[in-house]
Amino acid sequence: MSADDMLILAALALPGAGSVAILLCGRWPKLRETATLSTATLLLLCVLALLPTVLAGGRPGVRLFELLPGLEIAFRLEPLGMLFALVASALWIVNSLYSIGYMRANHEEHQTRFYVCFALAITAAIGIAFAANMFTLFVFYELLTLITYPLVTHHGTHQARAGGRTYLGVLIGTSMLFLLPALVFTWHVAGTTDFTPGGILGDRLSGFALAGLLALYMFGIGKAALMPFHRWLPAAMVAPTPVSALLHAVAVVKAGVFSVLKVIIYIFGAETLAAEASTDWLLLVAGFTIIGASLVALNADNLKRRLAYSTISQLAYVVLAAAILAPLSLVGAALHIATHAVGKITLFFAAGAIYTAAHKTEVSQLDGIGRRMPWTMAAFTVGALSLIGIPPAAGFISKWFIMSGAMGAGQWAIVVVLLASTLLTAGYISCPSYIELSFSRAAGRRTRARPR
Amino acid sequence: MNVTEHLPILQVVLPLASAPLAVLLRDRLAAFVLVLAATWAAFAISVLLWLQVGESGLISYAIGSWPPPWGIEYRVDALASLVLMLVSGIAAVVLPYSRASIEREIRPDKHYLFYAMFALCLSGLLGITVTGDAFNLFVFLEISSLSSYAMIALGKDRRSLVAAYQYLIMGTIGATFIVIGVGLLYIKTGTLNLADLGVRLQAMTSHRPVLAALAFLTVGISLKLAMFPLHQWLPNAYAYAPSAVSAFLAATATKVSVYALLRFYFSVFGETAVFQRLPMEDLMLVLALAGMFVASTVAIFQDNLKRLFAYSSVAQIGYSVLGISFDSVTGLTATIVHLVNHAVTKGGLFLLLGAVIAGMGGVTLARVQGVGRVMPLTSFGIVICGLSLIGVPGTAGFVSKWYLILAALEKGQWWLVFLIVLSSLLAVAYVWRFVEVAYFHAPRADLAGAREAPLALALPAWTLVAATLWFGVDTSLTVGSASRAAGQLLGIAP
Repeated sequence: MSADDMLILAALALPGAGSVAILLCGRWPKLRETATLSTATLLLLCVLALLPTVLAGGRPGVRLFELLPGLEIAFRLEPLGMLFALVASALWIVNSLYSIGYMRANHEEHQTRFYVCFALAITAAIGIAFAANMFTLFVFYELLTLITYPLVTHHGTHQARAGGRTYLGVLIGTSMLFLLPALVFTWHVAGTTDFTPGGILGDRLSGFALAGLLALYMFGIGKAALMPFHRWLPAAMVAPTPVSALLHAVAVVKAGVFSVLKVIIYIFGAETLAAEASTDWLLLVAGFTIIGASLVALNADNLKRRLAYSTISQLAYVVLAAAILAPLSLVGAALHIATHAVGKITLFFAAGAIYTAAHKTEVSQLDGIGRRMPWTMAAFTVGALSLIGIPPAAGFISKWFIMSGAMGAGQWAIVVVLLASTLLTAGYISCPSYIELSFSRAAGRRTRARPR
Repeated sequence: MNVTEHLPILQVVLPLASAPLAVLLRDRLAAFVLVLAATWAAFAISVLLWLQVGESGLISYAIGSWPPPWGIEYRVDALASLVLMLVSGIAAVVLPYSRASIEREIRPDKHYLFYAMFALCLSGLLGITVTGDAFNLFVFLEISSLSSYAMIALGKDRRSLVAAYQYLIMGTIGATFIVIGVGLLYIKTGTLNLADLGVRLQAMTSHRPVLAALAFLTVGISLKLAMFPLHQWLPNAYAYAPSAVSAFLAATATKVSVYALLRFYFSVFGETAVFQRLPMEDLMLVLALAGMFVASTVAIFQDNLKRLFAYSSVAQIGYSVLGISFDSVTGLTATIVHLVNHAVTKGGLFLLLGAVIAGMGGVTLARVQGVGRVMPLTSFGIVICGLSLIGVPGTAGFVSKWYLILAALEKGQWWLVFLIVLSSLLAVAYVWRFVEVAYFHAPRADLAGAREAPLALALPAWTLVAATLWFGVDTSLTVGSASRAAGQLLGIAP
């Protein structure tokens, strides 16, 4: 076993081992949090150590065991998975630091359970990132759903239970109803589920069958939140903010769009799909989700709800970019996973900070908050710029690639959708109600003048 | 004399002999030790038989050295050896559990009777599986049934008497149908040896008495295996029986009946008679689907967890029957794998529910509120078994579902694929009723001091939970044996 294989196994085992350590240190909060942070750091180092091999073109892999004849749990590194692993492991550190402050400041209960489930969720995310075949990905995908359920329902209130029901109902529902049949069908047709450049279906399927299978995959991956299976994401807003960050930036939705990319590139193959006109419906659904979710976000008063719908819209960017099938847009899709992750985590951290410091959750209450919390709102503004795609923020780069891909493919309708959604994004993320007003002197005075 | 040659008969005789001895001893500890020894010996024998069958493919044992078809033959093939191992394995786990469990649930002066009944029931179930003789099969079926009526009636809850009576009536009707079916076959062929019957019936698959025999046997065995809509006896029987009995019967009795159905369909009547002369394919498909959906839906609205999971059993039996209706190697593999996987899962589940009864005094949803806090390990075990019922990857239930979906796809029946996965979403609904009650409510004030289950209950229960997880990860034993058995049944593999 080579050093790379050891590192892959270590990356998979580390968060699990970390969760055991966290559980054992449950009684001593400082020790427990040290365990979390050191596991997260070690994981990032592990992933970073694997990076040079992958960049040099290496594709190290490990086979664990065979579950059914021909179906094995196996891992193989490739650039896309590496990107996702990097995002997840790097943001886990940031998120852990934030969690420690947030959970303490808000006097949350069951903190040990929180950190344990969080670490296990990262295991699942790494498993998804490194999966060598669709079957392995599916196993970790389901694991991620189940592990995050206690996090979403962390508060244990009536609302949390209702949110948890929607969360689990939609995610388990879509994956059981669509993804599992799609997976079994793929195996039945191709005799393998290995991720192979150029796809594994070849010319075995065409027309309606191919479009149908694509639909099963796209709607089956409920974590990508394509409309109409997006309701779980706003429902999960009942969770504490670090969990929202996990859902929106670190692991869950990223696992969804990552799976979408994997399926399109390595199961179907971009060429196979491009040659088939019957798969164009995906562009339509993704475009509709972008615009529809942006419009809902524009009208949402609850800050976290607004951000949730913004995520749905931004995820559809990735799906749309993948569905264009041009090489440039595929690069854009992969980049957008990373840029949206860092942008959105900033916005959520800011929202959580506002809640912790000022106990405000609605956009309409935010008048003058920029004067009270200038640093927080400055961070929020940077995140917002990235989300809109204004240079020099990171979001600009991924949007640039997606846009170039769309133009290169001659898909002008998509260019229009992208432009319109940029305007909408600018509208809901920086509309007068918060960034402008929150910094404006007049609004600040008005807030202070209000009787308390 | 070489002992290994006589394993097939020892398999049945050891537990059978321990039953009257337990009654004679009249002492609960002595009875326990005796029956435990017999049960563990039976498990060891079944493992040895499984190994032997793996080498030779088939073991035929002539009782009293009378050669078949004149004498009674015991016959162990891939399927039989797997079911033997399952039944005796479950018994080997449940019996140690029962000692601590019946302490709370059965009057002490009846304990030795419980052990005797348990041994009888076990030997009956093993006998059904091992025998190669139709009438012998009927006799063992009666032994196991009568002893299980008695075990159910031992429950402290007075409703257990009614439940046992209900089961007695239904079971007797079933047994009558079976004996009529066997009688018809005997009149037509003059033989009772199953293998011999299988050969002779090939020439008369269109004869009306043979088809009538098939119909009688199907109905009779379906009653025993609680196929929808003949399942009415099951929920009450499981709900009011002592915990150990619920677990043992849920994990073995219906499974052995499925075995008997497979044996009659594929080794005796053959595919032609069952699936071409009679429309059993469509009939079983419809009944299986109805069972999966109706029973799962009813389960969602139950307030007693034992009843809830009893209805879930009826639905899960639907999966097994569905596999038979496909009449393909993959379909039968699904049936047989599900037989094992569901037995392990449900057995573990009912053992854990018994632990909850010990801790909380009952398993109504109102009573188990907050059980996740006072009995965290037990609740977690129930959740794992629940996930297996849903068919989440990493648990045994996933493997069965995978093969069922594959079998449906091989037939090109997409609508069936969606019905299968849709029904597993109903399982999410009833499993999550438990999850929400267990984890989102505070325990009742008088039960807040309840403790985690004692080791004597937790250890056997967790053995089965571990098996549920193990069979979800390493399928070489389950799927390997099942596909070999399916091949043998369909006459493809030796």
